Amino acid sequence: MAIAPQIIHDLAFGEGDARDNAIAALVASGDPRALPLLDAWRNGAVRTQGTDRVLLVNGDAAIDAFTGAAVVSVPSDLDEVMLNNRLRRALDGGINSLELQSSDRTTRLTAAKALAADADATALPAIKAALAKERDPEIRESLTLTSASIELASGDRDSRVDAIRTLADSDQATTRTLLQAVLARKGGQFVEADESVRAEAGKSLRAVDSRLARGDLAARIFTGISLGSILLLAALGLAITYGLMGVINMAHGELIMIGAYATYAVQVLFRRYAPEAFDLYLVFALPVAFAVSGLVGMALERTVIRHLYGRPLETLLATWGLSLILIQSVRTLFGAQNVQVENPTWMAGGVELMTGVVLPLSRIAIAIFAAAVLAAVWLLLTRTRLGLFVRSVTQNRAMAGALGVHTARVDMLTFGLGSGLAGLAGCALSQIGNVGPDLGQSYIVDSFMVVVLGGVGQLAGTVLAALGLGIVDKFLEAWSGAVLAKIAVLVFIIVFIQKRPQGLFAFKGRAVEA
Amino acid sequence: MRLTVAFVPFARSAPMLGGSFRVSAGMLFAAAAFVLLVVFPVGNLLMPATSALHISDYAITLGGKIMCYAIVALAMDLIWGYTGILSLGHGLFFALGGYAMGMYLMRSIGHEGVYHSDLPDFMVFLDWKAYPWYWRFTDHFWYAALLVVLVPGVLAFVFGYFAFRSRIKGVYLSIITQALTYAAMLLFFRNDTGFGGNNGFTDFKRILGYPITAPTTRVALFCATGVALLAGIAICRALVTSKLGRVLTAIRDAETRVMFSGYNPLHFKLFAWTFSAVMCGIAGALYVPQVGIINPGEMSPANSIEIAIWTAVGGRGTLIGPVLGAAAVNLGKSWFTEAMPEYWLYALGLIFVVVTLFLPRGLAGMWRRRVS
Repeated sequence: MAIAPQIIHDLAFGEGDARDNAIAALVASGDPRALPLLDAWRNGAVRTQGTDRVLLVNGDAAIDAFTGAAVVSVPSDLDEVMLNNRLRRALDGGINSLELQSSDRTTRLTAAKALAADADATALPAIKAALAKERDPEIRESLTLTSASIELASGDRDSRVDAIRTLADSDQATTRTLLQAVLARKGGQFVEADESVRAEAGKSLRAVDSRLARGDLAARIFTGISLGSILLLAALGLAITYGLMGVINMAHGELIMIGAYATYAVQVLFRRYAPEAFDLYLVFALPVAFAVSGLVGMALERTVIRHLYGRPLETLLATWGLSLILIQSVRTLFGAQNVQVENPTWMAGGVELMTGVVLPLSRIAIAIFAAAVLAAVWLLLTRTRLGLFVRSVTQNRAMAGALGVHTARVDMLTFGLGSGLAGLAGCALSQIGNVGPDLGQSYIVDSFMVVVLGGVGQLAGTVLAALGLGIVDKFLEAWSGAVLAKIAVLVFIIVFIQKRPQGLFAFKGRAVEA
Repeated sequence: MRLTVAFVPFARSAPMLGGSFRVSAGMLFAAAAFVLLVVFPVGNLLMPATSALHISDYAITLGGKIMCYAIVALAMDLIWGYTGILSLGHGLFFALGGYAMGMYLMRSIGHEGVYHSDLPDFMVFLDWKAYPWYWRFTDHFWYAALLVVLVPGVLAFVFGYFAFRSRIKGVYLSIITQALTYAAMLLFFRNDTGFGGNNGFTDFKRILGYPITAPTTRVALFCATGVALLAGIAICRALVTSKLGRVLTAIRDAETRVMFSGYNPLHFKLFAWTFSAVMCGIAGALYVPQVGIINPGEMSPANSIEIAIWTAVGGRGTLIGPVLGAAAVNLGKSWFTEAMPEYWLYALGLIFVVVTLFLPRGLAGMWRRRVS
C-alpha cells in the first residue's frame, strides 16, 4: 500500500498551507516510506509530469511516487518541483520529526538538536510522540526544552507556565531570547498581560542567566588554564636556564622550535615506515624532542654561553645571534614554509562540558602534560643527586667546586635540561599550532615575562605566574579584545617589575644583591 | 664587578688618548662634513652619470639611510656604551619619530590619494569621517617636528623615571624595554589605533611643498641627515667629555659607589636616557621621507636588538665606533640581501656571537689596540 495519493498530490501541486498539512500528515502517518519520500523531496529529486504524475528521479532510474513502482522509460517532459524557503523549512522539520523515531541514537540526537534550533508548532505532535517513547536522557532533555519553547509561543496559560518552568533548566542562549520576549514591553505596556506568567518568566530567566554565566566562566577559566599551561611549558626550561643559572638565553624560543621540528620529523618517519602505529608517534616524539633540543642546548653552552657567564648583557646579544643562526638553519633544512604536524586520532575531538562549552582534548592533554613535566622537574631538582648538584652550584659555585662537584659539567647538564624542557614544550605546541621557523619568536617575550613575573629561581612563582597570566589574559580578552589584552598584560608586567623587581616570590636577604 | 675590571684600563687611557685624538678628531670631523655636504651633493647633482666622480641615486638613498642608523647607534652608545644601560627598545623611539614625521607627510598628500579624500586612504578604507584628535595640527611641519622630539622624549622620560627610580637595571631593564616596544608594536598593528595598521604610512608625495622623489629633495634630505649626524657626534662628544659624561661613565662602572659619593644616579640616567630617545626620534623623522615608508615592523624587538649590535660591532664607549658599526653592518646587509639573501641571517647571527666573544670593544677597539 502506498502513501495516500492525496498527500503526494498536495505536496506536488498544492500551495503553502496544503503542503504544510501534507507534510504534517506524512509525519503523523508513521509510514516508514515517508522519510525517504521527504528526503528525496528535500534533495530536489522530484519531477512532475502534467498535473497528475509525480516521479522520484535517481540518476537514470525513476519511481512513481503514487504506486511505488519503477518507471521503465523515464519521460522527457518532466518539470522540476520548485523548493522555496518555506517548503524547505517544512521539509526539514518533517524529516527531523521522522528521524526522532529512528532506532539509531545518533540520528535521533542530531534530529533533536536540529529541531531545538529551528522548530515550529507543526513539529509539536511529533516531538510529544517521540518524548513518550524516548529513554535517552540527553535526547529527552533537548526535546523537552524544544517542546517547551514551542508551547510558550502557542499554548494556553497553564501550558505556558509549565513551559516557562521547564525552560528554566535550559542552558541555551536562544532560551534567553524566548524568555525575554515574554518580559518585553511595547510602548510602556507589557506584551504579556498575565502578571503571574511574567513572574514565572522572570524567575526562569534568572536561572538560565546564571547557568549561562557559569558556563561562560567555566569556558574562560578553562581557556585561561590552557593558555597558562602552554606558557608554563614554554617558560619552565627558561626558569632553569635563566632562573637558576642566570643565563639570558634569547635562543630559548628556537629550542622550542627545534623540539617542534623534531616532533615533525618523528611524525614523518612514522607515517612512512609504520603507518599502523601512527597514533603512538607522540610517545616516541617526546624523548626525541627532549634529546635533540637538549643536545643543541648543550652544544651552545659548551661553545658560546660558557665563555660569557657573569656577563648577562653579552650573553643576551650572543644568544640572540645564535637564535638567528638556528632559525636560518631550520629554514635551510626544512624550508621557510610552515610544516604540517598531525594530531594522533585520540587527541581529536573534545569533551562537551555543557551546550556550547567544548573542551578540546588536545588542550586537556597539554594541561595534564604540563603538570606532569612540572612534577618531574620538581622531583629531579629536589630528589636526585643531579638536582642536588644543580642547586649547590647555583647557590655557591666556589664552595660546590671545592667539595668536588664538577661545576662545568653540572652547568652543561643544567643547561641541557632547560633546553630539553624547551624541546618538550615544542613537542606539545606542535599539537595545537603552526610549526614554522618563526615559532620560537612568538614565545620568547612571553616566557621571559612569566619567569620575571614569577621571580627568578622559583618554580612555584613560575607556575603561579604562568597560570595567572593565562587566566588574566583570557578574561581581559573577553572584555577588550585579544591585542589590547596582550598590551594590557605587558604594561601590567612593566609596572609590576617597577614595584617588585624581584618578582612575586623574592629571595629575602643578601642573596638578592649577589 | 667584572665589568668594572674590564673597563678600568680603558678609563685610565681615555684622557691620554683624548689628547692625541683631539687634533685628528677635528680634522676628521671637517673632512666628514666636506664629504657629506659637498662631495656627495655635487657628485650626485652636477656630475654627469658617465663621470667617475658621479654618485648614484642609490648611493644617496643608502647613505642617507645609513646615517639615520648611525644616529640611532650613537644614541644607543650614549646610553649603553657610556651609561651602561642596554636598551632593547630604542627601535620604538626611532619609529615614534618616524610616525610623527609620517603623519605630516600623510597630510601633505592632500587629495592625491587613491580615494581623493581629505583623509588618508587607510582612514577612508576604515570608513572614518574625520581625523582622530591626535592628528590635529599635524598638517603643520613645525608641529610635526615638535612631535618628533616630544613624543619619544616624553615617553622615555616617564618610562625612565619609573624604571630608574625603582633601580631596575641590567637585564631586567633590557627585558622590560623589549616588552615596551613589543606592546607598542602590537598597538600600532591594530587598524583602530589610527596609524594605518599593518601597512603603516607610505606613498608620500611631498615634503614642505617639494616633491619627495625629486633628486634635489633627496640630496637636501641627505644633507640634513648629514648635518644631524655631525651635530649628534659633536653634542655627544661635548657630553661625554664634560663632568656629566664622567658621572655617566662612573654610573656604568660602579653605580653604587656613585650613589655613595653623593650623586643621584636617577637624574643622570634619566637625562642620558631621554636625550638618547630624542636622538632616535630625530633619526626616525629623517629616515621616513628618505625610505618612503614607516610601519609597525620598525618596532619589532628584533630591530631594537640589531641597533645594539651596530653599536657593539663598532665599539661601545667610543663615538666613532657606533657610526662605523652602523655603516658596516648595514652595508653588509644590503650586499648580502642582494647577493645571497639566504645567508644574511647566518652572517648577522655570527656577527652577534663573534663580537661578544672575541671583540668586546668592537672595530674601534681593534684599531686602538693596533695603534698602541
